[in-house]
Amino acid sequence: MAGKTQTATTEDNGRAEQRSAPPTLEQPTTPMNGADILIHAIVREGVDVLFGYPGGASMEIHQAITRSHLRCVLCRHEQGEIFAAEGYAKATGRVGVCVATSGPGATNLVTGLADAKMDSVPLVAVTGQVPSANIGRDAFQETPIIEITRQITKHNYLVEHIEDIPRIVKEAFYIANSGRPGPVLIDIPKDVQQSTAIPHFPDHVSIPSYTPNAHASRDELAKVAEMIKTANRPIIYAGGGIVTSGGSQALREFAVKTNIPVAQTLMGLGAFPETHDLSLQMLGMHGSVYANYAVNHADLLLAFGVRFDDRVTGKLEEFCKHGRIVHIDVDPSELNKNKEAHVPIESDIKYALEELLGLVEPGDYEAWHANIDAQRKRHPFSYQKMKDVILQQDAIDTLYRLTEGKAVISTGVGQHQMWAAQFYQFDEPRNWLTSGGLGAMGFGLPAALGAQLARPDALVIDIDGDGSFAMNVQELATLHAEQIPVKVLILNNQHLGMVVQWEDRFYEGNRGHTYIGDPEASGATDDMQATPGHLIFPDYVKVAEGFKVPAERIEHRKDLEPALTRMIESKGPYLLDISVPYQEHVLPMIPSGHTFADIITE
Amino acid sequence: MPKKHTICALVENHFGVLGRVAGLFSSRGYNIDSLSVGETEDPKISRMTIVVRGNDRVLEQVVKQLNRLIDVIRVIDITQGAFIERELALVKVKATPATRSEIIQIAEVFRANIVDVSTSSMTIEATGKEDKINAMTTMLAQYGINEMARTGNVALLRDSQPGQA
Repeated sequence: MAGKTQTATTEDNGRAEQRSAPPTLEQPTTPMNGADILIHAIVREGVDVLFGYPGGASMEIHQAITRSHLRCVLCRHEQGEIFAAEGYAKATGRVGVCVATSGPGATNLVTGLADAKMDSVPLVAVTGQVPSANIGRDAFQETPIIEITRQITKHNYLVEHIEDIPRIVKEAFYIANSGRPGPVLIDIPKDVQQSTAIPHFPDHVSIPSYTPNAHASRDELAKVAEMIKTANRPIIYAGGGIVTSGGSQALREFAVKTNIPVAQTLMGLGAFPETHDLSLQMLGMHGSVYANYAVNHADLLLAFGVRFDDRVTGKLEEFCKHGRIVHIDVDPSELNKNKEAHVPIESDIKYALEELLGLVEPGDYEAWHANIDAQRKRHPFSYQKMKDVILQQDAIDTLYRLTEGKAVISTGVGQHQMWAAQFYQFDEPRNWLTSGGLGAMGFGLPAALGAQLARPDALVIDIDGDGSFAMNVQELATLHAEQIPVKVLILNNQHLGMVVQWEDRFYEGNRGHTYIGDPEASGATDDMQATPGHLIFPDYVKVAEGFKVPAERIEHRKDLEPALTRMIESKGPYLLDISVPYQEHVLPMIPSGHTFADIITE
Repeated sequence: MPKKHTICALVENHFGVLGRVAGLFSSRGYNIDSLSVGETEDPKISRMTIVVRGNDRVLEQVVKQLNRLIDVIRVIDITQGAFIERELALVKVKATPATRSEIIQIAEVFRANIVDVSTSSMTIEATGKEDKINAMTTMLAQYGINEMARTGNVALLRDSQPGQA
């Protein structure tokens, strides 16, 4: 695949890099305006690229950016810029930064902030605010963004005095990427941006009320080691916390040494190599039968960096009901939140795993492995081989093969997202960018472009649905304007597929506004046929042409591999629209609130 | 079984901290009986006293979620130890010349003060535990309560814990 491989993992350098102080920069001796102080403070955090969309209350900041070495990527919507910042952060572990204006600029960030909060993405969002004197007077483009974002940020600041800017920026970056990461918003009134002062940039942060990164005690870990020793059917339930903490290598060593199988959450894909013999791949609603079987039959559940999300557990009381539960997480509020753990431990997971490694011994779980393998053989992720029609799973499977599993993949939300999780196997962390907790459609394209900027040598592909793609389609302009070589693969079924699937399963197939194709072409497909290319609506090939992004559409299986190859080998951005049938369901499926016993496999 | 807990949170005296705490309770669906906030011996720090109902798991979450807020310095469920809690109430009760002396007697029983008198009402200031305030207002209700303002509890741990000398 044309030298596009990214072999080095970025997990360990990510957080460490940004936290170590950048080369000592001298303190300024002449006055600067608030916007310049802000940009200097951001540069001092090691930032080289940020995402922005200017407006009246933030143009002063953009003026300051032009006086710096920062690269500002002009996305075409604030939701695009914040998803891009998330993609940048998820692909590297470094803090993503975005800037928006007041009012609608700020409110357009809201979905991204909520997403970053749910998925623990380190983010600093800066918003311009109307001048201090106008706050509270319903000024033009005024919104109380601090109030609005209080519950969807890890922390937020309204800057009242120019002297506070250096400290607040330093704190914001520290808070965003320590402990359990999350988004921090800084709201700066325009008069504060325009006033001047000689700043003092602090070297250290001191927030007495904030003590992240707890470490498990020796006793706690010894207890876990003892439980592992006496277990017969242990399983690791690994989540996004492993990726965040840079603990993937430690997890790999731990699992291999103990011989314990690993089921991964949607956010944890790549935390453990999916192609490893011990990997059970994804668990949960659309997880593998064998992963869910293993959790259901386990006598010891090692829950590492997870939060017992309802999409994983189904009916909480029944989840892992035969097993004792060890839950290790850096955020103590996750312990006992949804599911009571027998041994809850507040700790950085990387630290805990590295320490545990010295306390555990190889286990003999032959019968347990044999049981799981029997399930694996009986119920692999599978799909029907079609003659002419391209199935979504087939497209992703082929893409996986052609890219040797080494691409960075982003997604929208829905069926295509689940199939990507099932059929693209991740062996490295930070190659999988998806909106997990919030489930925000439109995430794929902007996240991909953010990731591509962070990792210019990687092959970055947005696997999208036609519904999700439309939600941030304007970012095609950013791809062209900034020459970002992201590939977009649209699995186009002219429907909101996941909702259609639920309609089929639980609403007798009654369509409640889930057809998004051309009303004139409605009903053009029979069972298991894709919409003929000329009837696909909107015509994304023409849309892409308008954005100067090369594009093509295919509808026959014989064209799949050549088209994917053309996409992969294209130098710049590329869009491949694939017409697929809408009748296909994501399987297996455990209906919401149900248990392993209710799993649907056909 | 839901129990009543009194939680003290020491918080940075920053812009919007009350909003953060109140928002946390409403967005996570915790029931607050009362919340009071005021300065402490250190003007940079405020003390919030929150009376909340819930079972042990809910309480564990309340404490943890409060601790997650950057501006929250320390959270103690003081119901776990021996503590002093007091509430202040101002009660404006209907009073005629005929009932005035009865009302004064009731106030005396509860060690409350008469802080205002008019031709048709009296205003009584009472401090004490919530139960006492409730008992007093029940007694006063027969005369007709025009208006009432209650602060909610404030509380501190006792230094003299039971079992200590």
